[in-house]
Amino acid sequence: MKSLFNLSFRYKIPLWGGVLIITATLAVSTALIVQSYDDLRSDLVSSSASLGRTLAKTLFSAMIQEEVWQAFAIIRAPLHEQSDDNLVQPEMILALDQHERVFVSSHPKSVPMLTDIRRIDDEFARLAEMIVAKPGPDAPIIDLAGARRFYAAVPVAEEGARLGTLVIVYSKEVFLPRFRAGAWRGAGIGLLVLTVLLPINWYWGQRTAAPLIALASSAGDVARGALLAPPPDIYAYDDELGRLFEAFGVMVKSLHEKTLLEEEMIRSERLAAIGRLSAGIAHEINNPLGGMLVALANFKRRYEDDERAGKTVAILERGLTQIRDTVSAMLVDAKVKGRDFAPHDLEDIRLLLSGEAHQEAVEIDIECGLTEPVALPATLVRQILLNLLLNAVHASPASTKVNCSVQFVEGQLRIKTTNAGNAIAAGLMDHLFEPFVSGNEEGHGLGLWVTYQIVTQLGGQISAESRDGLTQFRVMLPVGESNA
Amino acid sequence: MKLTRILGVFAALLAFSAAQADDRLTPVRIGLTPTFPHDQYRPLEKWRLYMEHKLHRPVEFIRRDRYIETMDLLRLKKLDFAWICDYPYVHFRKQVKLLAVPVHNGRPTYQSYLIVPAGDKTTKSILDLKDKVFAYTDPYSNTGYLTPRFELQQAGEDPARYFRKTFFGWSHRRVLESVATGLADGGAISSHVWDTLSIGKPELTRATRVAAKSADYGFAPFVARVSVGEEEFRAMQKLLLEMTADEEGRALLKELNLDGFIVGDTRLYERTERLIKAVGEK
Repeated sequence: MKSLFNLSFRYKIPLWGGVLIITATLAVSTALIVQSYDDLRSDLVSSSASLGRTLAKTLFSAMIQEEVWQAFAIIRAPLHEQSDDNLVQPEMILALDQHERVFVSSHPKSVPMLTDIRRIDDEFARLAEMIVAKPGPDAPIIDLAGARRFYAAVPVAEEGARLGTLVIVYSKEVFLPRFRAGAWRGAGIGLLVLTVLLPINWYWGQRTAAPLIALASSAGDVARGALLAPPPDIYAYDDELGRLFEAFGVMVKSLHEKTLLEEEMIRSERLAAIGRLSAGIAHEINNPLGGMLVALANFKRRYEDDERAGKTVAILERGLTQIRDTVSAMLVDAKVKGRDFAPHDLEDIRLLLSGEAHQEAVEIDIECGLTEPVALPATLVRQILLNLLLNAVHASPASTKVNCSVQFVEGQLRIKTTNAGNAIAAGLMDHLFEPFVSGNEEGHGLGLWVTYQIVTQLGGQISAESRDGLTQFRVMLPVGESNA
Repeated sequence: MKLTRILGVFAALLAFSAAQADDRLTPVRIGLTPTFPHDQYRPLEKWRLYMEHKLHRPVEFIRRDRYIETMDLLRLKKLDFAWICDYPYVHFRKQVKLLAVPVHNGRPTYQSYLIVPAGDKTTKSILDLKDKVFAYTDPYSNTGYLTPRFELQQAGEDPARYFRKTFFGWSHRRVLESVATGLADGGAISSHVWDTLSIGKPELTRATRVAAKSADYGFAPFVARVSVGEEEFRAMQKLLLEMTADEEGRALLKELNLDGFIVGDTRLYERTERLIKAVGEK
């Protein structure tokens, strides 16, 4: 039984609907059949009662005068009509005398005159008992249990004095086919209703179940981690289900956003931790480094003549300088004061990159949306642009184009660079802004790290995206007070 | 004086013409009994019109099922003529005059047929029907009542107790139907009615079988009320006798299954009279 309830709505709804329809149709058909039986019976009762009363009245004078032929003609009259209408024809009519003997019968060959009806058969014997026991005033239909015939017994009487009894006999064999015809009609109507309603029910069930199934499968997907809302056109109505779909969509969307936000937070926290760590180390290295370089300079000046010492010092100096360069590259200080970033800075950058671009056979197209300087440190913005564009130029295949647009919109400076070429690998994307992570083998992997540090220190955001063969970086920097 | 005589003659003329007119307008009343199939309306209506045409007078047919009723109407002068059975004719001879006797199969006689249902193959005479249901025609019928009772009496049976039940059908045709439907196990009817219906309603006669035939009796006669005027009597007699003379009359006779009418003789009915006396009824 439980497995029945575990069925999919796809089957459950049409099944329950089908059960309901069949039950209802059966009930209606049964009612029709019962009704037709009742109708037939009441037809029989009323027609036999009126026939019985009419015949009994006319029979009285014939019987009291012993006019056999006249009585015969009276009881034969209703049987002569060839009726194809709804009236049930009596099988036989008998006029009985006071002792339940046949005064005259409509079928004298089978039931001759003077026959005691008790001798005809068991049914008539029981009928005779009923007539003797209760010579009632009216003509109720007598339906003897197990009998093959219905009987209507009407007293032939005047003012309560009974001269005899009129018995109208109806064959059940005539009655039953008519009842059966009515029953078939009822059943036929039921079948017709079923053939119309069941397919409609099936279709409706499928239609109702389909969005539920879609929703359930979507919910299953979400539970497994795929944050996908069902397509909005799957159920376009504004009822409870429609609202459920809408709420589900909203829920999935907010879950998605939350996940993204969490990932972003983890990334920024990681980057911030790395930044703090690297900045701390850099500071710690920088302090003695400065002293060491000063000491080396003094040493060089004092021992200018010593060639061998000079070589050693030079080696030391180059090494220490390389360390300082690396460390200073990691030490991003956004608090540098300087002039504001101006449109001509873009021209400088184009110029600075032209050599590299030429070498890589890549064209650089810079779209400048600025008309006047923006209140951001020119040095840092220039560094951001240089880093991003250099990366783009190096990532671009030959004979392609690198696009860059710089716009000032809603108090933000928006930088966007686009280049063709291989997409950033999905694994790399999560660690893109970490130090010593590089997409190619040439770079040291600090460019994007530095850019990220500058952007975050300026209170901005940076994002990268690889799609349809294009890689795009977007930077948004809030513009504050003038630096000048 | 002369004027009074003229007036007298004039008055007499007026009275005469009034009487003439009255006579012309008074219908001839003819009683019909079930001695022949008197309930067939269409051919009888043709016969009536034929009579009106020949007599130049209106003719009324008065149909009664029971012979005694027709006899009463004759006695009460409500009928002028009637076609009755030979038994009432003989029995009420003083009240009627023989007008004409029908001729069937060339003879002015008919018989009583004992009929049984066609399914009854064994019955050969009325003596085989003891304790059965028997249908008589009319207590004043010869062929339908007197003859079978006479035969029982001749055989030493008591007609009143011989059958289990008897009833009157009040017409030969109904007796035939009673036997055909099985209501009665046997019945006695006029040979002429059986022969006529065997042509018109063969399905009825086929359902029965003639088990025995009686001796010949004078055919059920056409009679006149004793008080009918000579002229009227002659006119009516002439009409019946001359029916064979014209086409229409012959056609009507054919429908009545008769050859014609003859004047007849009371001697034709001597056997009937003997029968009445033998049975000793009335």
